[in-house]
Amino acid sequence: MTSPLLKIDHLEVRYGDLIGVADVSLEVPRGSVVALLGSNGAGKTTTLNAIAGIVPVSRGSVVFDGENIAGQPAYAIVRKGLALSPEGWRLFAQQSVENNLLLGATPLADRARVPRLLDRVYTVFPRLAERRAQRAGTMSGGERQMLAVGRALMSEPKLLLLDEPSLGLAPAIVDTMYDSFAALHKEGQTILLAEQSVDVALEAADHAYVLQVGRTVLEGPAKVMADNPDVQRVYLGVE
Amino acid sequence: MGMTLVQVVVSGLLLGAVYSLFSSGLTLIWGMMNVVNFAHGDFVMLGMYTAVVVWTALGGGPWASVPVAAILIATLGIVSYFLLVRHIMRGPMLAQILGTFGLALFLRYGALWIFGANFKTLPDDLVGHSFIVGGIRFEGARVLAGLVGLAVTLLLHFILTRTSVGSRMLAVSEDAVAAQLMGIRPQRMQALAWGLAGAATGIAGALIATFFYTSPTVGETLSIVAFVTVALGGFGSVLGALVAGLLIGVIESLSAFLIGPVYKDVIVYTVFVLVLWFRPQGLMGKA
Repeated sequence: MTSPLLKIDHLEVRYGDLIGVADVSLEVPRGSVVALLGSNGAGKTTTLNAIAGIVPVSRGSVVFDGENIAGQPAYAIVRKGLALSPEGWRLFAQQSVENNLLLGATPLADRARVPRLLDRVYTVFPRLAERRAQRAGTMSGGERQMLAVGRALMSEPKLLLLDEPSLGLAPAIVDTMYDSFAALHKEGQTILLAEQSVDVALEAADHAYVLQVGRTVLEGPAKVMADNPDVQRVYLGVE
Repeated sequence: MGMTLVQVVVSGLLLGAVYSLFSSGLTLIWGMMNVVNFAHGDFVMLGMYTAVVVWTALGGGPWASVPVAAILIATLGIVSYFLLVRHIMRGPMLAQILGTFGLALFLRYGALWIFGANFKTLPDDLVGHSFIVGGIRFEGARVLAGLVGLAVTLLLHFILTRTSVGSRMLAVSEDAVAAQLMGIRPQRMQALAWGLAGAATGIAGALIATFFYTSPTVGETLSIVAFVTVALGGFGSVLGALVAGLLIGVIESLSAFLIGPVYKDVIVYTVFVLVLWFRPQGLMGKA
């Protein structure tokens, strides 16, 4: 069996005295979709941000593609093939949709691939093609989410990290969004996604981890997790 | 009267284009990282001395001094960024003010020490004599300064809005963390902004030196005009600095001609206050 693309061991993130993530361990095998579940404040966003390098890792290791990337700056990590669609999207609101996508392609060494990648994003999200000249700041929530995901795809990442892709979106748009993730999965894209919506996430994922107050408390194949009453119990916070 | 008025407006525009150029660096730095460079006028002053030295040492006019000043002041900008600005940006606003103000004093009195307090001027005919086209008299030095000023300001605007490096710089200014997620190193883009601002400012200095006296404290006088131009155009907008610079140039020459040279500053500042009264964000600034 080949080594996982991402392996996190006993990750801890502290902000001074505050603990953002206490003890998270997880694995993302190549070509799989892994869901990171948990209620608000469980540490999903902090975990993804620590992997991508925008918050510092206090303890533990983050091994990506055989290399410990914990402590490396975000701009170096994305160049290794790990792209994050962050919480709140963090789009460049003043710039056009197409410029946002082109900025996403900055880490690519092979500039000749940019037009093809742009086409691929426009095929996955035709809505973005229609709005390519529009300022990112003037788009709707669903379109912004598409743009954040599309922008992350532009660097052709080996691992795509998605933070709450369903947050604040109408159910119909969530379905469209998850259809496109399924299509990416079929192409062989490895994805780690954090979600509060358990049902959609478990339907899309192969494997799932559940976080509670900064710790991984449950894990298992997505199909098994869907039927596990403990998952719902952790969510509702009933002990 | 009619022809004279055209003459006055044309000279105002030529002067205004230089105002635009020497303000564009200040607005670029503000737009990129919310830092007010109080040493800006002294960067202009060093650009002027570059022109003086190139003339006295090499006998070269603006064709030689403009590129030399661009490179020298761009280097000064990048060095200031890495040695000073990068560090004071992490501190409170007061640290930024005192830090760049300290840099201003350092440069000003450094120039005094090296060049002395005497005013220096370049020969009147360095750029060429005045000429008359269509009944309007043009002074060579002013025409050159105006046209180069306009061209370089437009080039700066073009770089920021139409090139991929400009897009990366704007990305850093909008959200430095998100820019890092794109593989962009914010410090590189900020250093580049200081380099570009320095180049534009150095060019402006070398051009101004062809028709204005050069002294260690001239930066003080000039930086007031730069701050007014930037505030009028809208902090952070190069295009705003261009429009505001041209506007101030024209208002200055018109009021000097119609009312009297003594009153031109009063008129300029009155217009300035009125515009900001109704549009506090400046002509092209974002509300």
